[in-house]
Amino acid sequence: MTDQQQADLRHDEVAAGTTTGLASPSVDATDDRQNSLWSDAWGSLRRNALFWVGAVLTVLLIAMALFPGVFARGVDPRACDLANSKARPSADHWFGYDVQGCDYLSNVVYGARNSLIIGVFAVAVVLVLGVVVGALAGYFGGFTDGILSRIADIFYALPLILGALVLLRVGPSTDLPIISDRGPGAVALALALFGWMTAMRLVRSQVIAVKSSDYVAAARAMGASNSRILLRHILPNAVAPVLVYTTITIGVLIAAEATLTYLGVGLQRPAISWGLQIAAGQDSIRSAPHLVLFPSIVLTLTVMAFIMMGDALRDALDPRQRA
Amino acid sequence: MGRYVARRLLLTIPVLIGASFLIFTMVYALPGDPIRALAGDRPVSPAVVAVLRERFHLDDPLPVQYWEYLKNLLSGDLGTDFRGRPVLDTIERTLPVTIKLTLVAVLFEAVIGLVAGVLAGIRRNGFFDNLVLVSTTVIVSIPILVLAFVAQLLFGLKLGWFPIAGTREGWFSYVLPGLVLASGSLAYVARLTRTSIAENMRADYVRTAKAKGLPPSRVIVRHTLRNSLIPVVTFIGADIGTLLGGAIVTETVFNLPGIGREVFDSVRAQEGAVVVGIVTLMVFFFIFFNLVVDVLYAVLDPRIRYD
Repeated sequence: MTDQQQADLRHDEVAAGTTTGLASPSVDATDDRQNSLWSDAWGSLRRNALFWVGAVLTVLLIAMALFPGVFARGVDPRACDLANSKARPSADHWFGYDVQGCDYLSNVVYGARNSLIIGVFAVAVVLVLGVVVGALAGYFGGFTDGILSRIADIFYALPLILGALVLLRVGPSTDLPIISDRGPGAVALALALFGWMTAMRLVRSQVIAVKSSDYVAAARAMGASNSRILLRHILPNAVAPVLVYTTITIGVLIAAEATLTYLGVGLQRPAISWGLQIAAGQDSIRSAPHLVLFPSIVLTLTVMAFIMMGDALRDALDPRQRA
Repeated sequence: MGRYVARRLLLTIPVLIGASFLIFTMVYALPGDPIRALAGDRPVSPAVVAVLRERFHLDDPLPVQYWEYLKNLLSGDLGTDFRGRPVLDTIERTLPVTIKLTLVAVLFEAVIGLVAGVLAGIRRNGFFDNLVLVSTTVIVSIPILVLAFVAQLLFGLKLGWFPIAGTREGWFSYVLPGLVLASGSLAYVARLTRTSIAENMRADYVRTAKAKGLPPSRVIVRHTLRNSLIPVVTFIGADIGTLLGGAIVTETVFNLPGIGREVFDSVRAQEGAVVVGIVTLMVFFFIFFNLVVDVLYAVLDPRIRYD
């Protein structure tokens, strides 16, 4: 269609008050500049309300983890007065007081840091393990794939919480680095050790799918080494699904951390953590339900923020789902 | 088909052994001396300690201990805990509770998930569709731990509809924990059904069915739903294996004496034999139901052929 024809068509459309879609086609083959997957994705993300809710919540959480004093309104979470034990929320103390008579708002705010650190650190280890093992298994196939996939199957058959529970219970008496110190690092590592398999399978299947494509064959014919083909041609194609998975998994792992801590094997007092707060509040669920409620709400919002962003990312990055 | 099943069965053996060895290794590096922990503050004579260590193979190297365990396992002996109770008895006592809980959870998952998914899928982007999308996102985001407490607070304490702990009221006691346990899978089933239905609604055979003049209800139930159910049925099947092993938190919070709570108590009490026995059983369930689902796939969808 020439420019003149298109201009005419547009004029007719305006006159008729309707559109045929022909005057301004969404993809113009004659246009040199093509939208990349990422700019397309950003375009669709920008219009997704769920993404913005998730993003704003995440920014708030990161700010809470970095500058807890601001959100706690300057109250020290460890400045406690037993006279205030279990006091209900009030205008001055929005979240009330805990059993020890500490300001609960500031305790809940200070809990964000540990959760975020563990979530991000665990997901980083999951990514490293998943990408390395998955790429090796998918690229070399055969015997290597058989062994690595069976190992993944073994870990996959153990429930995440159960595996991490046993490891963290054993941890302190072993001399393994990080695992033995009962800190955030131990929890994150235990979660990653029993949570890397999905990332591995994701990367493996992407690599297998891309491996047989023409451009990989071309690269190999030109004498590119294994590592160059893997790093330059195959892995970039696996980035999109892995990014979606990573975002959602941060949320899932934060929830798992709270669960492990609640079960008594995660973070230990005097650390400040939502899991510990829920566990402590459980005993007075009848007399002071706010002790369980507030950390639960903030924990849920945190998990929700990451899951919403991940969902929105998936919709944006998967062209098949676009209407 | 027969060859495929046989090959899959053979492949499960290394996974089963690998998983149980993994847990065995972790458990028998458990902190402290279990014999001393058992005796508490009372002094124990060295002879008694020696006999007990001998009986539980505590001084042998790990692979030897595991080999002994495996030999006994194959003859149906899961060993005894430190009080001399057979692990098999503990499993027999606790497993029925977990099976009931799983049944209730799967029921909720299938009924609520399917209905919500179908209603959302047939009118894509409609009001109900968006409602399902938003509510499943919210449900998936609530950790089981939090959901359990909210359910206890709301339906147990405030409204008083359901019992919040124990199994004294029979099946009725399983309603609340079953719903909590099912929540995540329920949301997933709803989403899966929705996507599957929405995809199939655009399929040629659905258009043909409509063109023939079939009533919409028949098009949806006989044509669309039947074909859309394949991924849903297989997900639910595999989920049974996951639910049987994933109820630690639910059983602990609701105080249900199932295998999940038993394994948690045993990890805390360093009852190695119980932990290894129950976890091996959980892994077996998981692998078994996944295998069943893979075979079921071929039965449900004639386009899929193994071998």
